Amino acid sequence: MSDTARAAESRRRRSLFEALEIDTRLVGMIGAFVVLCLGFDFVTDGRFLTPRNVFNLTIQTVSVAIMAMGMVFVIVTRHIDLSVGSLLATCSALMAITQTVYIPEYLGLPMGHPLTAPITIVVGLVAGTMIGAMHGYLIGYLAVPAFIVTLGGLLVWRNAAWYITGGQTIGPLDPNFMAFGGINGTLGETLSWAFGGVAVLAALIVLWRARVEKQRYEFPVKPLWAEIALGALIAAVIMGFVATLNAYQIPTPRLERMWAEAGREMPEGHTAGYGIPISVFVLVILAIIMTIVARRTRLGRYIFATGGNPDAAELSGINTRLLTVKVFAIMGALCALSAVVASARLANHSNDIGTLDELRVIAAAVIGGTALSGGIGTIYGAILGALIMQSLQSGMAMVGVDAPLQNIVVGSVLVLAVLIDIIYRKRTGVT
Amino acid sequence: MTDRGTPLVEMRDIELAFGGIKAVDGVSLDLFPGEVVGVLGHNGAGKSTLIKILSGAYRMDAGEIRIDGARVEITNPRDARAHNIETIYQQLALADNLDAAANLFLGREIVNAVGLMDDAQMESETRKIMARLNPNFRKFAMPVKSLSGGQRQSVAIARAVYFNARILIMDEPTAALGVQETKMVAELIQDLKARGIGIFLISHDVHDVMDLCDRVMVMKNGQHVGTERVEDVTDDDILSMIILGKKPERAPEPEGAA
Ligand SMILES: Nc1ncnc2c1ncn2[C@@H]1O[C@H](COP(=O)(O)OP(=O)(O)OP(=O)(O)O)[C@@H](O)[C@H]1O
Ligand SMILES: [Mg+2]
Repeated sequence: MSDTARAAESRRRRSLFEALEIDTRLVGMIGAFVVLCLGFDFVTDGRFLTPRNVFNLTIQTVSVAIMAMGMVFVIVTRHIDLSVGSLLATCSALMAITQTVYIPEYLGLPMGHPLTAPITIVVGLVAGTMIGAMHGYLIGYLAVPAFIVTLGGLLVWRNAAWYITGGQTIGPLDPNFMAFGGINGTLGETLSWAFGGVAVLAALIVLWRARVEKQRYEFPVKPLWAEIALGALIAAVIMGFVATLNAYQIPTPRLERMWAEAGREMPEGHTAGYGIPISVFVLVILAIIMTIVARRTRLGRYIFATGGNPDAAELSGINTRLLTVKVFAIMGALCALSAVVASARLANHSNDIGTLDELRVIAAAVIGGTALSGGIGTIYGAILGALIMQSLQSGMAMVGVDAPLQNIVVGSVLVLAVLIDIIYRKRTGVT
Repeated sequence: MTDRGTPLVEMRDIELAFGGIKAVDGVSLDLFPGEVVGVLGHNGAGKSTLIKILSGAYRMDAGEIRIDGARVEITNPRDARAHNIETIYQQLALADNLDAAANLFLGREIVNAVGLMDDAQMESETRKIMARLNPNFRKFAMPVKSLSGGQRQSVAIARAVYFNARILIMDEPTAALGVQETKMVAELIQDLKARGIGIFLISHDVHDVMDLCDRVMVMKNGQHVGTERVEDVTDDDILSMIILGKKPERAPEPEGAA
């Protein structure tokens, strides 16, 4: 094929993709993820894609995924945050002390009191947000580079956590608090189906409204069949996910205990699935909020504008300093929420919680397509990035790859993903 | 011709130094409605710095700015916008990663009742204004990175026009443009002038300035060399002002301009 013919061919293909508004990058990432999962499933004789493993995979991903969403904003504005793992530890330590010592001692509420978990989470959120905002102030107003502020933060908050707890492991945590960890708190089958149904409905409404809106202004819309196919695909993925998590059965002894706690006799032969973990539910809600912030609010628009051209943003009247404070405050708040999920999953606060998370979080955001040069990144990409990293890690562990080799692979994949992304962007000229 | 009534803008004894360099050193300049004032000078003469003070990008060290005769404080770009001062910058102030509509409305997005951005309406408005300014413009859905210099310039101009500028600052608006687009900008200037908008036009092209402007101001090394009505001077007079930093011989000299 001659060069011009090939160029024409690729142009036609691209314009088809454009007409269908298919995000080729997203398709590529999902493709890589699917291949990865099927590959591990094949090598492990079907052990990788069992409901049990999918369940574990999702709850292991949540903590990094939550922080990766905040990291998208940070990197999009051309900053970096190396302190997230340490900040998570500080929030976790503070919350552990709050629920096990402060609340029982000063408020006189015993562990397990319905107010313990909410108060604890608020304390963690306030601390995380304020520390993040302080980072943002140093970076935005005092012009200390983010790399330095958060490198300092990496040491400071890791050891602040140590001070708060005296280096001890603190646990067990409040039972309601631990519900955010995964296995100890799930929605159950019925609620999970309901949640799936609502999610599908919401997705379809969003698709449909976007179409109507476009038609109202007579902008081009994609063909109806493509819209329907996309809707069907989204519905299938959501419901498939719910079905898988519902298929993970709660072990009978545990089920009996649960019935006993409710003060009733469990019927013979009764079974129940776990359903969606509360932590995953929290992640989904946060992802929706963060996506709306990124796409539909001025704050999000300013974050991307500032990343694309800080001078232009400033000259357009955007207060980029305050914006930096906001971005890091959001990052801090998400670290706190991540700390809730991480410590709840472990059922205690340990001194090394969140160690090296900064690297996982940055890697997740970057694998998910966030460009370190700023201005480009998506929330769903970061979550997918976190999921890919976690799948790679657990898959290799399952296959029995040696620990050092696992990290070598993960590190190489990070570099490779960015390389592929650079080549992709050059080829398509799309940003 | 317009030397009557209150000026739209008066800048008096403006000073601004970067470190040791006095980029603007006691410059005064005014502008009347429907008037185009050219600002000329060598590279580094302080033209951009002077007008960036008016557009809020820099804060002056000394001097005062009056709009419609009233003294105003312009400390950031938002203040300038509040006084209907719009600027088309020399280095195009566009965010490359956003599309035309997002850039046009940057900092002034249309939001709906719950505070979410109404992208569809912003795109629709953008299509309307671009149809007027640059009818060939089609790339609405793409990041402005993929636009040509002229197309980008028309987005920047559309932004100034859309928000009803009363005072328009154009810092070398045609530097990156081809013949066709340059003509478009010239026509636009005439059109805006007819609507009573005051325009500062910064340029290196003396002929352009003589064609489009009512008055010309020349700067050298941050200082004011002279302000002349175009009908009183020739291209050569202006050139010698730029190069020598002196007013033409025959012009009366009310004060010793440095
Ligand atoms: N942000 C800055 N920091 C330090 N010095 C600056 C800055 N901006 C401008 N200058 C200096 O101030 C002087 C005036 O610069 P200015 O950009 O106003 O010139 P200009 O007349 O617009 O030149 P040109 O025709 O090249 O656009 C120059 O000596 C320049 O080096
Ligand atoms: Mg200049």
